[in-house]
Amino acid sequence: MNIVACVKQVPDTEAQIKVKPDGSGIEEGGIKWVMNTYDEFGVEEALRLKEKNGGEVTIVTIGPARAMETIRTALAMGADKGIHICDPAFDGADAYATASALAAAIKGIPHDIIFCGQRAIDDDSGQVGAVLAELLGIPQVTVITKLEFAGGAIKAIRPIEGAQLLIECPLPCLVTAQKGLNEPRYASLPGIMKAKRKPVDVKDLAALGVTVTANAKVAKFIPPPARAAGKIICGDDPAMKARELARLLREEAKVI
Amino acid sequence: MAKGVWIVAEQRDGAFRKISFELASTARKLADVLGEEVCAVLCGSGVEGIAGQLGKYGVDKVFVADAPALEPYTTDAHAAAVAKIVKENDPAILLLGASTQGKDLSARLVGKLATGLATDCTDVKIADGKLLAIRPMYAGKCFGEVVFSTFPQMASLRPNVFPAVENAKAGAVVKFDPALDAGLLKTKVLEVQKDTSGKADLTEANIIVSGGRGMKGPEGYAILEELAAVFGATVGASRAAVDAGWRPQSDQVGQTGKIVSPNLYIACGISGAIQHLAGMSSSKIIVAINKDAEAPIFTKADYGIVDDLFKVVPEFTKECKKLLA
Repeated sequence: MNIVACVKQVPDTEAQIKVKPDGSGIEEGGIKWVMNTYDEFGVEEALRLKEKNGGEVTIVTIGPARAMETIRTALAMGADKGIHICDPAFDGADAYATASALAAAIKGIPHDIIFCGQRAIDDDSGQVGAVLAELLGIPQVTVITKLEFAGGAIKAIRPIEGAQLLIECPLPCLVTAQKGLNEPRYASLPGIMKAKRKPVDVKDLAALGVTVTANAKVAKFIPPPARAAGKIICGDDPAMKARELARLLREEAKVI
Repeated sequence: MAKGVWIVAEQRDGAFRKISFELASTARKLADVLGEEVCAVLCGSGVEGIAGQLGKYGVDKVFVADAPALEPYTTDAHAAAVAKIVKENDPAILLLGASTQGKDLSARLVGKLATGLATDCTDVKIADGKLLAIRPMYAGKCFGEVVFSTFPQMASLRPNVFPAVENAKAGAVVKFDPALDAGLLKTKVLEVQKDTSGKADLTEANIIVSGGRGMKGPEGYAILEELAAVFGATVGASRAAVDAGWRPQSDQVGQTGKIVSPNLYIACGISGAIQHLAGMSSSKIIVAINKDAEAPIFTKADYGIVDDLFKVVPEFTKECKKLLA
């Protein structure tokens, strides 16, 4: 089975995000970069599928030189090889451009199933997986929490508002991983050693034959709106404070 | 020249989801600035009869694809149908809901229409005749102003943020043939397992009562369930509580859980790790109950009580019951 897992390097969830004074982006100094949480679930599921059915897992990423660490992390977990699309033109690229480059890279390799995270926790776009599936002309099942493979098709659980769907989809297909799909493994020490010798192909845009456009572009980054200072309800008696809270929510905030 | 503000309406089991009216009202506002029409696309089976309801919220025209293959929702069928009618009419703006269905569909449409999409927007406006979409990034740790260089300019709107306002227009129903190619319909919904709790999903809830590490264990949530029952609210949890196994995955609010925007968010025993704050700071009113006065949650709270939640919450529940009786 030929399995592809797309990963992105992102600031970890504890990172404080500061907007640059000119609004052109975020300050990257002091940020700890990690594999996007949801991509980790994708990589883990890819490895489990390979362990059960045989085959190979290829990791694909787009990012600057530092993104190589993320590929190495996935290789250390057990993936077989990597493709690193590295080109300064990707700074500010939107989902369509990102998916176009991924599609160009993945078209050239066999792919029965492709894993993406359901969204990256930096831009929170949640588009790349679906656009990639469309550009490759394969079906998608997004935001899944369970996956089974049998007889050339997958069955996946997709939670929606107030229900869960059991969806069947033939290969080749693309799925996007949601928390709950699995518990990603940690890389073992021998895994980390082996990862250093696994092949990673570094490609730029010219090699892929695609150009980057930004159909949708973040023209300006802005800090979140400040919330006005709140009211702390004082007193010694919890019951009195609880009553005052109920009164304020009813009479002042008018939400209950 | 691309023209008109379009929405993709969302229905389930023959009834509109609330987001559809939020979309219609928002589209009306934008279209009035542009002096253009609002059109909706509605896909499903046996849905022609409800299409006109969108007129009440400002829709001029509803394009309806009514076919058995469009029920229940699958990406394949709906994306093909919407892309077809959109390509034929070339709207300037296309809005969808940032619901589970809208997110899935809008992203696939980006591929089909080779355009750009701003996901999960909390504000949209017209600037210089074009769409300007404002959306949280890094789960709300910062925001981005998105501009577009292609048509349709697409945005998905966060549920519960945009008001649904009645503003009656014609809501004329126009049927269209989605011309679905059965060979391209690959995915199949085998089963819909409904949540029978009757509670709103966290992403759609008006009131959320959420508990964190301060709940001390799964039993602690009983008092939150009791409070939630008073309002028909939904119970949420912090990552700490979910990772400890006290609450299911689907209850997690935060950067790696659900991003919520209820009218009222009551955080009990939640310290307010940055990744949690990121997931709930677009709530309209935030209440924090925590015994640690230094907890970061108080920096986001509109109302705070520094005290033992196990003493405060039951009293608060009692008082709310009285007020709502």
